[in-house]
Amino acid sequence: MATTAPIVTRGLTKRYETLTAVDRLDLEVHGGEIFGLLGQNGAGKTTTILMLLGLTEPTEGKARVVGLDPARRPLEVKRRVGYLPDAVGFYGNMTGRQNLRYTARLNGLDRRDAERQIGAVLEQVGLSDRADTKADTYSRGMLQRLGIADALVKEPAVLILDEPTTSIDPFGVVEILDLLRGLVRERGMAVLLSSHLLSQVQSVCDRVGIFAAGRLIGQGSVEDLATTFGDDTSHVEVGLELGAPAEAERAAAILAGIDGVTSVAPPASAADVWRLDVQPAAEGGRVRQAVLAACAANGLTLTSLRAIVPSLDEIYRRAVVRSRVGAGTEAA
Amino acid sequence: MTAGIPAKRIRRRAVAPPSLPPAATTEPAARERRDRSPLGRPGWTVIAAKEFADHLLSARFMVLLAVLGLAAFVPLYFASSRIRELAEAASGVPAVFIALFTLGSQQIPILRVDSFVGMVAPLLGIAFAFDAVNGERSEGTLPRLLSQPIHRDDVINGKFAAGLTVITLVLTAVVGVIAGFGLLRLGIVPAASEVIRIVAWLFLTIVYVSLWLAFGLLLSVVLRRAATSALIGFGVWILVTVFGGLLVGLIAGIVAPLPAGGGPDDVLASAGLQQLITRLLPSTLYQEAALVLLDPSVTQVSTPATIGQAIAAQEQIPSLLSLDQSLLLVWPHVVALVALTVVCFAAAYIAFMRQEVRA
Repeated sequence: MATTAPIVTRGLTKRYETLTAVDRLDLEVHGGEIFGLLGQNGAGKTTTILMLLGLTEPTEGKARVVGLDPARRPLEVKRRVGYLPDAVGFYGNMTGRQNLRYTARLNGLDRRDAERQIGAVLEQVGLSDRADTKADTYSRGMLQRLGIADALVKEPAVLILDEPTTSIDPFGVVEILDLLRGLVRERGMAVLLSSHLLSQVQSVCDRVGIFAAGRLIGQGSVEDLATTFGDDTSHVEVGLELGAPAEAERAAAILAGIDGVTSVAPPASAADVWRLDVQPAAEGGRVRQAVLAACAANGLTLTSLRAIVPSLDEIYRRAVVRSRVGAGTEAA
Repeated sequence: MTAGIPAKRIRRRAVAPPSLPPAATTEPAARERRDRSPLGRPGWTVIAAKEFADHLLSARFMVLLAVLGLAAFVPLYFASSRIRELAEAASGVPAVFIALFTLGSQQIPILRVDSFVGMVAPLLGIAFAFDAVNGERSEGTLPRLLSQPIHRDDVINGKFAAGLTVITLVLTAVVGVIAGFGLLRLGIVPAASEVIRIVAWLFLTIVYVSLWLAFGLLLSVVLRRAATSALIGFGVWILVTVFGGLLVGLIAGIVAPLPAGGGPDDVLASAGLQQLITRLLPSTLYQEAALVLLDPSVTQVSTPATIGQAIAAQEQIPSLLSLDQSLLLVWPHVVALVALTVVCFAAAYIAFMRQEVRA
């Protein structure tokens, strides 16, 4: 089968005395994609990452990172994997550039290469103008960006980011996610990021894995997961320009009459939109066409029409509930 | 496609999930190769170099250098005024130059270079180690450091090496200044044996301070907060160096209280116990050894081990010990100090290796 994916795990398990932090994890992250490991605090995300870096030994199972076993060849793995730890810190008495220099030395980079590389990554994360001030004057967002620069200094094939967007303001989050997208596009790296802020990473991840109580209960693109964990309902929003209240009743009847629409929620206020539930979910596209046709035929003025992508929060909640129900049945 | 995985493994699994690719080592020779650091040199040297530079630029280095310098200079001031009198009658004094270290104020007997340095020097060890590991932990730099291609023990080895280097540097500088002061101001030229005695004392002091360094390192690994480890470290320092004697009497009193109206045997037993406890204190080991090294007229460690020795000491004609005999006398002390250092460092090392990366 020859998987050449930069990160592969098979049955990876970590048990502490009573707690199973990671339970039989099968994961694959390919080059040029961003994989989001999603889960609540304590779901086993950081433990997984530490096992991938060879910083903690798995109880069972195997991992291959850039083709190497991190438990047996940690140094070579760590040489090729850039890691941004949760709540990353830097030596406050050193400047940003000096901190990166130390990392470069620890990676055995040639002095001249290191300087060039440090300049390039600082430019990339937008810290060039602050690179020569002490790190203890940096804001949390700047530290996070310096952390990404720090992980990039060694020109890694794989980038692992633990909670890269926590404790950063929304504007900074957008910046960091844009930066990651750009990096993957330019360098074709494999990126594994963990987060508990689902909606933030929804936009940036190609695929996500949902983690709960140490188990990966679902993985795939957000759309795939929506199909897997949804109740086979898709949603359509319809904006209509209506005059008299009687017209609203007529509109409701027309919308409800479309084949596949199971319920119609009228707008709460005049500026709001109508919400349609559609079953089965695959009918969403056809229903949108039908809405357009029905409006045209009945002289209703459309202001908007769009399909609602389910939010990751919603999917996550459903997935966790479902896995709990499943576990409950197993136990019984 | 399962070439890299032993056949036994496959058989053990009833339902084999898609197998892993073999670890990317195609040639057998490459597979045998051990995990190697990408650095041309060992990882601990990079860490030691950074830590060393940090220490030299730190405020605590300046402060400690000043404190230790002062601790050496004040008694030196008294010694230099008295040494002239001694030099007048030089024929009777065996080692004039070395007296710089052992002479002090006549009024305050503790005001001597050797005992001052012995008291203050442990500060160096604790100050350069108490936040070595927990400081990195609380700053959030430890996971980042450990995710670099270095072995985990490189961190603790590098930090110990850096601390040891700084300590050596500071102590050598202080001793050098004292010796230089003696040469310049007093015009006394040391004999070769005196130079060796001073170097041996310097070495002894470095070993003693590295014990405190290892102790500080242990605290910094075991305790989560740097403030706590500093407090405990300095507390132990004061307890041992200042209240060491009181402590010994206290422990002996608790373990084997002297019965009321006890005979000479009871008193002797109590004294023996106190002596045993004293021997276990690193400060005693250091002070005894330092005294022997710096003063050739000291022919035995301060407390005789047996009654026979005590009697022999009384009957002995005052004489001077040659250098090799002095060294022989303090050898057990040096070994004990080195052993204590090794134990402390090993404890710190093991604790650090077993700790989880996450705080």
